[in-house]
Amino acid sequence: MSSSLTVSTNLNLQAHPVDEVGIRERVARLATRSIKKASKVEGLKLALSMVDLTTLEGADTPGKVRQLCTKAIHLHSGRKDLPMVAAVCVYPTMVRIAREALQGTPIQVAAVATAFPSGMNPLAVKLEDTRYAVAEGAHEIDMVISRGDFLRGDYARVANEIEQVKEACGKAHLKVILETGELGTLDRVRLASDIAMQSGADFIKTSTGKIQPAATPEVVLVMLQAISDFYRKTGKRIGMKPAGGIANAKAALNLLIMVREVLGPAWLTPSLFRIGASKLPNDMLMQLEKERTGVYQGLDYFSND
Amino acid sequence: MTETNISTKGSDWGYAPAPESADHFKLKEQYGLFIGGKFVPAGSGRRFATINPANEKTLAQIADAGEKDVDKAVKAARTAYEKVWRKMPGRERGKYLYRIARIIQERARELAVVESMDGGKPIRESRDVDIPLAAAHFFYHAGWADKLGYAFPGKSAGPIGVAGQIIPWNFPLLMVAWKVAPALACGNTVVLKPAETTPLTALLFAEICQEAGLPDGVFNCITGAGSTGAALVKHPGLDKVAFTGSTDVGKAIQKSLAGRSTKLTLELGGKAANIIFEDAAIDQAVEGIINGIFFNQGHVCCAGSRLLVQESVEQEVVEKLKARMEHLIVGDPLDKNTDIGAINSKAQCERIQDYLKVGQDEGAELFQTKCPVPEKGYWVRPSFFTKVAQSHRIVQEEIFGPVLAIQSFRTLDEALEKANNTPYGLSGGVWTDKGAKIFKVTRGIKAGVIWANTFNKFDPSSPFGGYKESGYGREGGRHGLRPYVELS
Repeated sequence: MSSSLTVSTNLNLQAHPVDEVGIRERVARLATRSIKKASKVEGLKLALSMVDLTTLEGADTPGKVRQLCTKAIHLHSGRKDLPMVAAVCVYPTMVRIAREALQGTPIQVAAVATAFPSGMNPLAVKLEDTRYAVAEGAHEIDMVISRGDFLRGDYARVANEIEQVKEACGKAHLKVILETGELGTLDRVRLASDIAMQSGADFIKTSTGKIQPAATPEVVLVMLQAISDFYRKTGKRIGMKPAGGIANAKAALNLLIMVREVLGPAWLTPSLFRIGASKLPNDMLMQLEKERTGVYQGLDYFSND
Repeated sequence: MTETNISTKGSDWGYAPAPESADHFKLKEQYGLFIGGKFVPAGSGRRFATINPANEKTLAQIADAGEKDVDKAVKAARTAYEKVWRKMPGRERGKYLYRIARIIQERARELAVVESMDGGKPIRESRDVDIPLAAAHFFYHAGWADKLGYAFPGKSAGPIGVAGQIIPWNFPLLMVAWKVAPALACGNTVVLKPAETTPLTALLFAEICQEAGLPDGVFNCITGAGSTGAALVKHPGLDKVAFTGSTDVGKAIQKSLAGRSTKLTLELGGKAANIIFEDAAIDQAVEGIINGIFFNQGHVCCAGSRLLVQESVEQEVVEKLKARMEHLIVGDPLDKNTDIGAINSKAQCERIQDYLKVGQDEGAELFQTKCPVPEKGYWVRPSFFTKVAQSHRIVQEEIFGPVLAIQSFRTLDEALEKANNTPYGLSGGVWTDKGAKIFKVTRGIKAGVIWANTFNKFDPSSPFGGYKESGYGREGGRHGLRPYVELS
């Protein structure tokens, strides 16, 4: 277990200033896109296929995780035209249960690790946490960065940690959570995104869902632009995962619009774009049922898992 | 990952048509002139058609005003001025302006749809920019009507008399508001001539004046082409002429007013430099370029039609600009997702196409996006030129379309020199993360408005107007009241 501070890549900390006013205006303009009828149905199905269906409660039980996995496979009873979600996201101790429940499906199992959500543990513990989740069968690891080190300006340490966690992941995909709600400015969101991508992140992710504000459209836009610049420079496509506070179908469609217009259609796939959520799918299902039947149904007609 | 079955193929998901409905109101088949509070036919009985530039269909027949009609309108305005409006206390005038502002808000949806049908601009802009700003101008000037003493401390501000106002086709209703609101607030009466390709919202505005109970003759609207405007300017009964439009017409108006006591303000063309420094927030700057040149199909006198970009980021900016432009949707102005609507008229469309040819003939390199455009109607894809020099016509002349000329610079001084090397001086833009650089640039460019880290922002309280061939006089804010008052 190494905790040395050597960063194998040369960190490029070139400033990419972000203009907050300009970001807000762009977000507002993107939100004026009007998504109707066929485009809405298709968009909602696409968004459902990108969901990381999540349960991260201290009170999680094997039964609850199995229930969630069932929902991940069958989003709504009686509808055969719906996709399965992309992944189920759980704590490391629930990985094995989720793997069993999802056997034979393409649904991935993602585990939060590295002393989620605060990250306030020594690196050795974080690496062990990661290895444990991978050994249990996690396909994907959602790690948190050390916000304390980042805010203190110790970027090398942040980068080094990500690199080591990446190594501990082995074949598992690594999503790096920036916890943007604790970073304070969009300039820092941009810098954290750049560091994460340079250090080996397969995905960058906004939030743990435990801190507000979480995946605001402004933060998502800044991260998408960072991904776009990284692709322009390296030819490498990094994925994006907004998580936390994405409340309804409209917000989900707005995310797709942003991805489409900032990164292009190549990113409109679950292998490059995910939405972390627990309650969101039911609102999307409600909209889909409305498009199918012409009327809104009560929440009681959608299963809570 | 060992067993991923997740699709890695991108989706071609896009936006279905989302047209704004136009069935909540009905246009009349024909509109008369608005003189003395009533709609009347032209004396000659002549009419012309106003068409929808997006499908070339006729929207309505419009009365074509001749000299006699102009005379009647000016006389109606004079009578209203002498008998009612000049004597009315500012507080009372203000009430009418507030009422007009509110009715514009109430009829906003109808006005926005008509504006887009008659002029070709996307509904997103008429709905979110033109109409709300027009209402805001009336609200703002309503507030001034009884406070003119505070605008000009130590002086007494009285009205001038009858104002003849000629407005262009790029922001039809908004230009009505820019012209009419300050004139009325200061106690003047108005004869307005809207552009012949976009008369409808000015005529709806006349209906709004009726609805607001504005005294007869305070606002008059005469429709027609250039000859109607010329007749208005020649009329000896005017105390003030305000014109927004092309520099050539502005010069002709100035000549025809020479030797008369009629006051004049001109808001003419522009060829603004939008300057991007290497330390700018590049993605937001690219968005600023888009807003600067593709807002309203580039039919904007203050458009950022010359891009000056620092050489170290030129390639990045051009690449990002291309990618961003490919997402601009050109098409049906009434579709809520349309970014770029129809070119206002056949003549303007031909003029722009001509410049596209001139630019290439002069050796510049043209880039146009690949988006599809409808068959009927007048369209130009978003375009820019690289490899251009100061001496190129596309750098010197106002194109008034979605066509950008891109040049690079190395030092701040070079940027300023290029920015100022134009006969125009209406607006400019600067993009940098450094405050000090913003002040250096804004002091160094001779233009009426300079936007820092943004572009094409308008507010009733902010004066707007130009230097050099961009005209003189200011509209908006306290400065905008000055051309409509006599100080004593």
